[in-house]
Amino acid sequence: MELPIVGAAQATARVDSTRGGGGSGVARHVLLIEDETNIAEALRFILERDGWQVSALGDGAQAVAMVRGLRPDLVILDLMLPGADGLEILAALRADPATAALPVLMLTAKGQARDRAAAEAAGVSRFMAKPFANAEIVAAASALVPG
Amino acid sequence: MATQGLTGSRVRERRLALGLRQADLARTVAISASYLNLIEHDRRRIGPAVLARLAPALGIDAAALALGPENALIEDLRAAAAVEAGAAAGKLRAEIERIDEFVARFPGWAEVLAQSYRRGAQLDRAVAALNDRIAHDPHLSQALHEVLSAVSAVRSTAAILAETEDIEPEWRTRFHRNLHGDSERLAAGAEALVAYLDGSDQAAEAGIASPQEEFDAWLAARGWHLAELEAGAGMAGALAELASGAARALAGDWVAQAAADVAALPLAPLLAALAPLGPEVGPDPAALAGMFGASILAVMRRLATLPGAAVGLVICDGAGTLTFRKPVPGFMPPRFGAACALWPLYAALGRPMTPITARIATGGRGGQRFRVQAFCQPRYPQGFGGPELREAAMLVWPDPGTAAGAALAVGSTCRICPQAACPARREPSIILSVA
Repeated sequence: MELPIVGAAQATARVDSTRGGGGSGVARHVLLIEDETNIAEALRFILERDGWQVSALGDGAQAVAMVRGLRPDLVILDLMLPGADGLEILAALRADPATAALPVLMLTAKGQARDRAAAEAAGVSRFMAKPFANAEIVAAASALVPG
Repeated sequence: MATQGLTGSRVRERRLALGLRQADLARTVAISASYLNLIEHDRRRIGPAVLARLAPALGIDAAALALGPENALIEDLRAAAAVEAGAAAGKLRAEIERIDEFVARFPGWAEVLAQSYRRGAQLDRAVAALNDRIAHDPHLSQALHEVLSAVSAVRSTAAILAETEDIEPEWRTRFHRNLHGDSERLAAGAEALVAYLDGSDQAAEAGIASPQEEFDAWLAARGWHLAELEAGAGMAGALAELASGAARALAGDWVAQAAADVAALPLAPLLAALAPLGPEVGPDPAALAGMFGASILAVMRRLATLPGAAVGLVICDGAGTLTFRKPVPGFMPPRFGAACALWPLYAALGRPMTPITARIATGGRGGQRFRVQAFCQPRYPQGFGGPELREAAMLVWPDPGTAAGAALAVGSTCRICPQAACPARREPSIILSVA
């Protein structure tokens, strides 16, 4: 299937890795939707090291179509994205039966109670405020999708 | 005079505190009970002879009874009592009816209490302003978002470099490059934050008073008249006296408008036009506007700021918020919060371009009768396609005590208003609750 290739901000946008860890068959697949290129790159590195297959997307506009096409095991979603609001993307995913139960880990630079409540109301699986520790992200991802 | 009305209220408070009946006190001081009633409700001034008899009957000296300068102190003590009673859900009640006794016996303590109330109010305001700034300021929010994003990237990348021993050279190079980029971005973000906080320090330095209060005090200290403008001189030196940038901006706007008003309504011709009018008649802003080709609001501003003008002026915007408050003895616009909904100012606000005249009577302390003229003028700064901005003004002329006839009973603001049966009351009055 052909997916729309998205915007300019992500030279590193769709880098699928085959670096499967642990030898337990098929690697868990995470779609990282984050417009901060360097954060995305760091996340990709640590998640791949932990045995994940990582796809990355730097724009919100194509996020829902991308999730439907890739069918990842986990979505890591930034709250503030160009092209679409993280909460809107989450609501669209929850509204579609195919993705209603998909684990979604939401990231935001505004770790405020208001945003957390809004994300929880929209059906987020877990919420993490920037700046996060790498180990926290890895642990949270593994808790949502046990390897 | 402010002290007149004030005295009536004080007589009533003092009498009630002593548990005296109006009729008994009236007999003691040899006046009729109905006359005493008028005095107590600030409808009649107290002559020196009656005052001299009333004071000993109330166990207070005449000067203390007729006092004026403690007005502000007592207002603040009342407000402090109201705030604390509200905060304690009625479990805490100051002896409002004995406030005069308190001030007279413990002037130092009373001043300390009032000062700490004022400080508390300032701090409340500062906290609210800071909360508001953090929660709603898009610039601050944007700057913080930038910094947090850069910090996230730096933290994550640095941790990878520090903790991954077997990192491939190409990855290490890439992460080093990213770190460099993010640290540059972090520096820029921090600079933006510092610039923002530096730029907004005017708000912090004005913690002493709100910019509006500072502006009011500045204009009051000039007798509400800008003599420099009449002489064609600049106001830059006078504006520099204001401590906060926000107050300077308010004053700057006022000065610019006043300069235009002076040009439209020059002092000498204006005074000449006013001269034939007796004190009983009073000027008509609409007629003067026609005579000078000026706007009615400009005439109203000008009348209230002529040298020694004994007339009050309040101006509000479309939200009813007071943007200008020149008091006149007996008519004291509220320092904080919303004003009395019954003011003809607000009737005018709802009916633009319609002159409204009315007689009003303020109740309680300092209460008197006034003749008011109110007018609202809409503006369309963005033309036909833009919003309508309304501005209403009300001139408050003292009405000589002999005037008879009905007057609309109004107040300053609900919390300190003694009008018992008011159809427009928003919240209970601290004064009524103890009467």
